Parts: sequence; C-alpha cells; structure tokens
Amino acid sequence: MSAHGASSEGEARLPPVTQLGMASLALIVTAGIYLSAHLPKHVPLAPAIALLGASALLLAGNLLALSRVKGFAWTRFLQIARWAMLAYALIAGMIEYVFVRNHTSGGPLVVLTLSLVVFAVHVPVLIGFTVARYDET
Amino acid sequence: MAQAAVSPGELVGEGATHAAGPPAGIELPDFEIVPRRGLPIVAVVLAAVIAAVAVNKLWPLMFLHVVGGASWTIIDLFLGFVLGPILGSLPIPARIALTTRLMPKMVLIMPTAVIVTLTAGWQLGVHMGTVESNYFLHGWVVASFIVVGVMAVIALGLLEPANIAVLTELKKPQPRPEVIERLMKRFIYTAGATGLMQIATLVIMTKLATG
Repeated sequence: MSAHGASSEGEARLPPVTQLGMASLALIVTAGIYLSAHLPKHVPLAPAIALLGASALLLAGNLLALSRVKGFAWTRFLQIARWAMLAYALIAGMIEYVFVRNHTSGGPLVVLTLSLVVFAVHVPVLIGFTVARYDET
Repeated sequence: MAQAAVSPGELVGEGATHAAGPPAGIELPDFEIVPRRGLPIVAVVLAAVIAAVAVNKLWPLMFLHVVGGASWTIIDLFLGFVLGPILGSLPIPARIALTTRLMPKMVLIMPTAVIVTLTAGWQLGVHMGTVESNYFLHGWVVASFIVVGVMAVIALGLLEPANIAVLTELKKPQPRPEVIERLMKRFIYTAGATGLMQIATLVIMTKLATG
C-alpha cells in the first residue's frame, strides 16, 4: 500500500485536496451564476474576477500541496487524470462554444473562459487524486 | 448526479473481511471502467447538441433539454431513493454483480445527460429570453442556476471521483473492502443530497414552464 493508502495514518498525511477542490469549483460556479444572473445588463466584473482568482489560487495551492506528498502514486494519478482531462476539456469546449455562439465577448468571455480552464483542470485532479490515494505500490 | 451503487458496508458486511481480497466465494466479473462501445453514442449525442445550438431552433433545443433533464432527474431520484435501498438488501455477490455492470454505464450516461441538459437549456433560455434579467420569473431562473451549481459541485467533487475510484479498486486482483466501503458511503450521502435537490429542480422547472 502506498504511504497515503486507506490507513488512517496515511490519510493524515494527505492534504485536503478534495475539500479545496470543491471550494474552488464552488467559487467559479458562483462567479458564473453572478455573471449569468445579470444578463444582458452590463455587470461589474470585479466580483467575478475576485472569485475566479480565489478559485485559481486554490487550484494552485492544491497542486503545490499534492506535489509535496512523498510517495504519492503519480503514475496512477496521471493515468486517470489525463483521460479525465480529455473528457472535461471536451465539456468545457462545448460550454465555451455556447458562450461564443451567443456573442459573449470582452471581459465576461475572458472570465468565463478562465473559469472553464480551472474547471477542466481541477475536476481531473480530483478524480486522479481520489483514485491514486488508494493505489497500491 | 446520483450514481447507483451499494450501501455503506456492502462489501464489508457479512462474509467479508478486512483482509486484502474480495469476500470468500465471490468472483469479480471483468468489466471496462469506461465502456468503449458507448463512446460513439455519446459522440452522436454531443454532436446533436452542438448542431442544435448552432441552428438555434426552438424544437431541437427543447427536445434535448427536456430529454436530458428528464434523464438526469429520473436517474438521480431512482438510483438515490429506489435502487440504492434495494441494493442494500441484496446478497453481497448480487451487489457486486450489479455494481460492476451499472456503474461503468453511469460513467458515460450521467456526464452526458448533464452536459446535454445544461448546454441545450442555456441556449433555450437565450432563444426564449428567459435567462435575461428582465424576465418576469428571473428569480426562479437564478434559483435554478444555484440548484444546478450546487449539484454540479457535489457531483464533480465527490460523486464522479468516487465512481471512478470504486471501479478502479474493483478492477484490482484483490480489491480492498474497506476502501470500497469508504467510497460507497460517499455515494449514499451525496446521492441522497442530489436526489433532494432534484426535487427542487422539478419545482422550479414546472413553475417556469407554467409561468
């Protein structure tokens, strides 16, 4: 079993990747709802940018914390995460297409696009992490 | 998005041990975590959504939104409140057999139903003007955004990773019951939560449909 397997001792050494990931996703979802709820009016972007920035920081923090875990099953993580990333990039691309199709542009499009990038990276990280934490070496 | 599974403790219930390996006398069937035969169907469905958005006609958008949304809601409710409790009463080999056949299909069905519903639904809202803030039921529309957003975070952060992790564990020569039990608990609690939120979705959508 890996150092971070199912044992409670191993669990204690793992960073709270799932919790941080869900918080990150909640932030970009909130930003999306904020922007969507004001259509087609002009809406101040500052709150959405702040939410996106906080979400991106959580993503970066998650990856950093994960990179410092000794003995993490990176092979398994990458095996799962790369396919998940392909799937979620496809989903993000479809959502982006709808935005562009409806003439979303400028600042809102940038914020929404970057939110989708965070989404398309963070969900595969969560999936890869959940699988890899129980991997046996 | 609820994913059917088995109740907490299913694989660590009677007859199972916490030692490595499946419970004695239980054979784990071979299965694909992502059923490849289903991928072309998913591709066709996604292509249909892109085409519907591109042409921006009312009927295709309505069709896809209703079909996708009905599938998403019914599957969530059925798995969360009907099949889940039934699974809990099945013998362990039957639970394993059903889980290894059902959950790979859920890996394809649920994300597809969700993306179809949301993409077609948004475009439908744009087409009909219901996503605009001057729409007279705008508060209800925003409420639907919030409900869907919460369900999405739960599904993406908890359910989907656990789904893949359980299947990966079951693919191992000697899956560990304690790992499966832990992941299954996620299913039960989060499936119940999303099932309840689907009831809110039904309330909102019927209100929007009737005005």
